[in-house]
Amino acid sequence: MKRGWFLPVFAVLGFAFLYAPIISLVVFSFNESRLVTVWGGFSTQWYGELFADGWDSWQTNPLLAASLISLKVAAIAASIATVIGTLAAFVLTRFGKFRGKLLLTGMITAPLVMPEVIIGLSLLLLFVSMEMVLGWPAGRGLTTVVIAHGTFCAAYVAVIAQSRLRDMDESLEEAARDLGAGPVRVFFDITLPVIAPALVSGWLLAFTLSLDDLVVASFVSGPGASTLPMVIFSKVRLGVSPDVNALATIIIAIVALAVTIAGVLLRRQARAAR
Amino acid sequence: MSAPDAFTPPVASAWPLVRRVALALFAGFWAVYALALMPVPGIEAIRGNLIALTVVLGGFLVADEVTEDLSLPRRWLVIAVPLVWFLLFFLIPFVVLGRISLSETVIARPPYTPLWERGPDGSLDILAGFQNYSWILGDALYRNAYLSSIKIAAISTLLALLVGYPIAYYIARSPEPRRSVLLLLVILPFWTSFLLRVYAWIGFLRGNGVINNVLLSLGIIEEPLVMMQTDFAVYLGIVYAYLPFMILPLYATLVKLDDALIEAASDLGASPAVTFVTVTLPLSMPGIIAGSMLVFIPAIGEYVIPALLGGPDTLMIGRVMWDEFFSSRDWPVASAVAIVMLILVVVPIMWLQSVQNRQEEQG
Repeated sequence: MKRGWFLPVFAVLGFAFLYAPIISLVVFSFNESRLVTVWGGFSTQWYGELFADGWDSWQTNPLLAASLISLKVAAIAASIATVIGTLAAFVLTRFGKFRGKLLLTGMITAPLVMPEVIIGLSLLLLFVSMEMVLGWPAGRGLTTVVIAHGTFCAAYVAVIAQSRLRDMDESLEEAARDLGAGPVRVFFDITLPVIAPALVSGWLLAFTLSLDDLVVASFVSGPGASTLPMVIFSKVRLGVSPDVNALATIIIAIVALAVTIAGVLLRRQARAAR
Repeated sequence: MSAPDAFTPPVASAWPLVRRVALALFAGFWAVYALALMPVPGIEAIRGNLIALTVVLGGFLVADEVTEDLSLPRRWLVIAVPLVWFLLFFLIPFVVLGRISLSETVIARPPYTPLWERGPDGSLDILAGFQNYSWILGDALYRNAYLSSIKIAAISTLLALLVGYPIAYYIARSPEPRRSVLLLLVILPFWTSFLLRVYAWIGFLRGNGVINNVLLSLGIIEEPLVMMQTDFAVYLGIVYAYLPFMILPLYATLVKLDDALIEAASDLGASPAVTFVTVTLPLSMPGIIAGSMLVFIPAIGEYVIPALLGGPDTLMIGRVMWDEFFSSRDWPVASAVAIVMLILVVVPIMWLQSVQNRQEEQG
């Protein structure tokens, strides 16, 4: 079959479409001019502006302060999501039939396709009602954002962990049990180490989803708990601002570095396995 | 897999009837109290102690009841953690959402009416009703918002399919080292912030943005094109943001496609176009359906893209609900809008499920 010119050209255009906006975001973060889209010469002044107060910038600059809050929320939410998601996946793949299995399956699949505005609104109404009836959570803030993120991220972790648990060789667990290990010991000594790589990628995915979330956080957050996407959104609603470009470039650099390192490590692992 | 030593035998209970009655009373009281905030005289003073008492007692009763029924106490402790978490923070919120959607808005704390009220003579007045639903279904603004959300989501999905299919096909037909790199390049944008990727388009589409500057300097246009705050920008934003979700399932089905089938078709005299329509396209249908759903469903409720790229007349239901909640502060109407949106999203998912089930039966 003759190779046409259409597909390669189209693919190149497609990748250009995917990357051009990101590249322009990075390029214009080094722009001298405040008008983000008119090139006024190379400058790093917007990075300087981000860190104008040295180490204190992490408190004084609203973007950096919100970054710290977001990182904290994402780390806690991802850890909660990993524990809950792994338990859900383990229960669904290893416990046979039990009452509520179909319900649990539905509840970990639904968040993946549920519009974020609905998740956010319904959780906020839950928190408000709980506060009226139980007196907890008192007001909204970091706790409520962590719970909300932990819940929908747990669904993603559960899907990843479930597929790993299904692929895993169950005879390993059976062998351990035949040798006299109790179910708790089997889980911590056999199952957990085997599925650990899937849990690491689940944690990373949950961390990214939590860092990225604007809509759910806007609903369930309260005063003093504005996450980074909330601060960026309120800034860019009024138009482009170059310090957002600078921060975005730093984030993109960190992500690119992390993905490269992960890729190298995976490749080395694959080579070692061979 | 069975392990008799894994689970302790059920604890024989001498008072099953007492226990069940206590459980029913406890559950019934709190269900009614929590759902309707029933005004019970004198409860405010002892509420704290009552809550502490019933949580401990109720927790014990529920655990006991559940483990008794299934004779597997330790197993149920493990099951209970994710089950209770998701019940509390995923399912019950929808019950609350549904309950508030039946109220009317008032200027108070909370800003909605109770479902019923005690009259002065002790009679019970039911205040709940479907007035919010008849209001949003009868109002042209909401109807148009739902319809235009579906329209925008459908057109964007089609565009994403048209753009994504050739790319997925190209990646699937690439030799190995290149294929992994290209696949990584598709996934990579997903790891950078969604919000920042949408924001990047503002710099591209603005009146003095990158596209207009390039076209003006090349002399292709004389006046800057108006692209921001139009429906065009919203389509572009959705296609851009969700393209990886379209490419990945398409790639997954196309990479499994047997080359021999395509060769056989062309050996038998079919032109490349005929081969594509009669062989490749039908075989990649599962990927097309999965990818379309992954774009269509989140696009319906999309808020960020219409808010940042769309104009004031870009109607999308997620945005209408957001404004209803944050600007008008009308919680009951926002809840009703959300419930109708939920139905709108659930229907295509059910359809997808039934298609997949049919495929599994056939395969």
